[in-house]
Amino acid sequence: MSQIPKEEYILQTTSACPGCSSSLSLRYILKAAGPDTVLVIPASCSSVIQGMYPNTAVNVPVYNIAFAAAASCASGMSAALKRAGRETKVIVYAGDGGTVDIGLQALSGALERETDFLYICFDNEAYGNTGMQRSGSTPLGAITTTTPSGKIHPKKEIDRIVEAHHPPYQATAISAFPIDLFHKVEKALTFRGPSFIHLLAPCPTGWRFPHGKTIEVGRMAVKTATWILWERVHGRLSVSAPSKGPLAKPVPLQDYLGMQGRFKGMDPALLSRLQQDIETHREAILEEAGRA
Amino acid sequence: MKEIVTANYAVAEAVKQAVPGVIAAYPITPQTEIVERIAQYVARGELACDYIPVESEHSAMAACIGASAAGVRTFTATSSQGLLYMHEMLHWAAGARLPIVMANVNRAVGPPWNVWADHTDALSQRDTGWLQVYVASAQEAYDTTLMAFRIAEDKEVLLPVMVNLDGFLLSHTMQDLETLEPGTFIPALHLPHAIDTAHPAAYAPLTGPNYYFRFRWEMERSMRAARRVITRVEEDFAGRFGRRYGVTEEYRCDDADILVIAMGTLAREAEVAVDMLRAEGTRAGVMRLRWFRPFPRLDLTGREVVVIDRDYSFGFGGVLARSLCSAARTEPFSVIAGLGGQEVTHEDIASFVRERRPGEEFWFGVKGDV
Repeated sequence: MSQIPKEEYILQTTSACPGCSSSLSLRYILKAAGPDTVLVIPASCSSVIQGMYPNTAVNVPVYNIAFAAAASCASGMSAALKRAGRETKVIVYAGDGGTVDIGLQALSGALERETDFLYICFDNEAYGNTGMQRSGSTPLGAITTTTPSGKIHPKKEIDRIVEAHHPPYQATAISAFPIDLFHKVEKALTFRGPSFIHLLAPCPTGWRFPHGKTIEVGRMAVKTATWILWERVHGRLSVSAPSKGPLAKPVPLQDYLGMQGRFKGMDPALLSRLQQDIETHREAILEEAGRA
Repeated sequence: MKEIVTANYAVAEAVKQAVPGVIAAYPITPQTEIVERIAQYVARGELACDYIPVESEHSAMAACIGASAAGVRTFTATSSQGLLYMHEMLHWAAGARLPIVMANVNRAVGPPWNVWADHTDALSQRDTGWLQVYVASAQEAYDTTLMAFRIAEDKEVLLPVMVNLDGFLLSHTMQDLETLEPGTFIPALHLPHAIDTAHPAAYAPLTGPNYYFRFRWEMERSMRAARRVITRVEEDFAGRFGRRYGVTEEYRCDDADILVIAMGTLAREAEVAVDMLRAEGTRAGVMRLRWFRPFPRLDLTGREVVVIDRDYSFGFGGVLARSLCSAARTEPFSVIAGLGGQEVTHEDIASFVRERRPGEEFWFGVKGDV
């Protein structure tokens, strides 16, 4: 941990729920990015986490913007800062709703235009800010307030969509492995053009687990290979250290699902399909890593 | 330099001379020529600017917001559906106090599809906090676009400005244009709240009722100040370059008993009607309203008023007519004409005046029980 700077850019007064991994992740992200950074934040939990005017818990400029507009706002900002001769880094910090659903068009446009920015999606697998309604990123079988019997549609594969735009740097991360996250943000910021980091963000409030268990749930997501840590540099995928063992030999999925109230009483057919989808994804990553 | 050009060209030329640092835009008929020309200027190195070819108008305005927030001059252009698609971001741009300038080539709103002149697109955005001005010639489009940057960026204003020009009637019609060297007319932009990592701040964070109303009041205070700033900038422009417009442009109004009030090209057509009416012994005049936001203070005491609206607010009336009822306490004869590019001639306008019925509303071209 000694390589991670001591400077704090998230102050101790956030309005985050206890155990929030989105704010924990942001702490490491800003440590990696440093003070010459602007965060662009669309409507999301992070709109609230930063605190209420006239106070703020974030010690870099935060530009709040409408739900669908983060990537396009960042496009203009990145171009303008360069034109003004500044090296300031532009980082979008958007939730899964603002990324895979309402913000997808703007994200696609910004990626296609090779915008010089880092886009980080903190994926808590539902519309958390409005009280946990389903999003396109909610996994199969998960209970949300708009899927009271469990979601019947699989999780949208945003990483495949982003990959189709060929960004120079793409990665997955999770706050349970902060050094991996820290290094990925550092690395992402060395590339010209768009970088994309997809962060799984375990959410005690929405996923229904005790708020002291955020790191354990995150680790279990990796151990079960439900969440695989990897990075893809100029199209070449490599599996990150914490996922190497689990990718070869994942622990049973139930060890992850059982920690969370949102999968309680899951329909066996949905469970079987979820297991199949996770297995298919694991094989696809293994295969791609083997090719690289 | 004198040229014969379309108003779209005139706008693009003015933008080139204002030298924005970032332009983000999306094509739409009849605005497209503006962004095509700007893209050409940038490609040829005639305009040192980032042209961001966004994937939608929502993103066009969002990108302008991001760029403007960094303290860089920005511009975009749109029409009709594009303007409506931006709606959310129009509010954001104004609330964020960003001096973005946009040309809106007025076009009817669907359905049904119609690409011709109509003011409903812009007037339906009247509560977004943008200043709105309506022009009536290529020269005026050019001059007003230059003035728009100066007005928007004035520290007393810091609100975005929408320059409106009638689709096809102006956007695609060739007219005289005398370009000028703006020189020091538009000083460098100094945005007091530009993003600066040396001074971190949260922009537009969650704000409770105890502060929110203050930001809204600040917007209105600036909108009121904009009246003074507009006059000052127009005076400076007239002093430097010799062309004078004003908040309203009046034609034969001094001794007029009857005023025809309209915006854009319809008001220019009305000038011919007024000449005809005067020949018949009717003392009529034309008041062309240029600035719709902030809405001007007008004294119409003792005059009969015929308002022509190329727009409509359903269940209420012509937007200009109803605005004049409330702001100038007049009971006009309200004519709804020119919707979707409907042809309205000076003969038609003269007949509106001859057959005026104060306090009533008349839909031009609709027969029957209207």
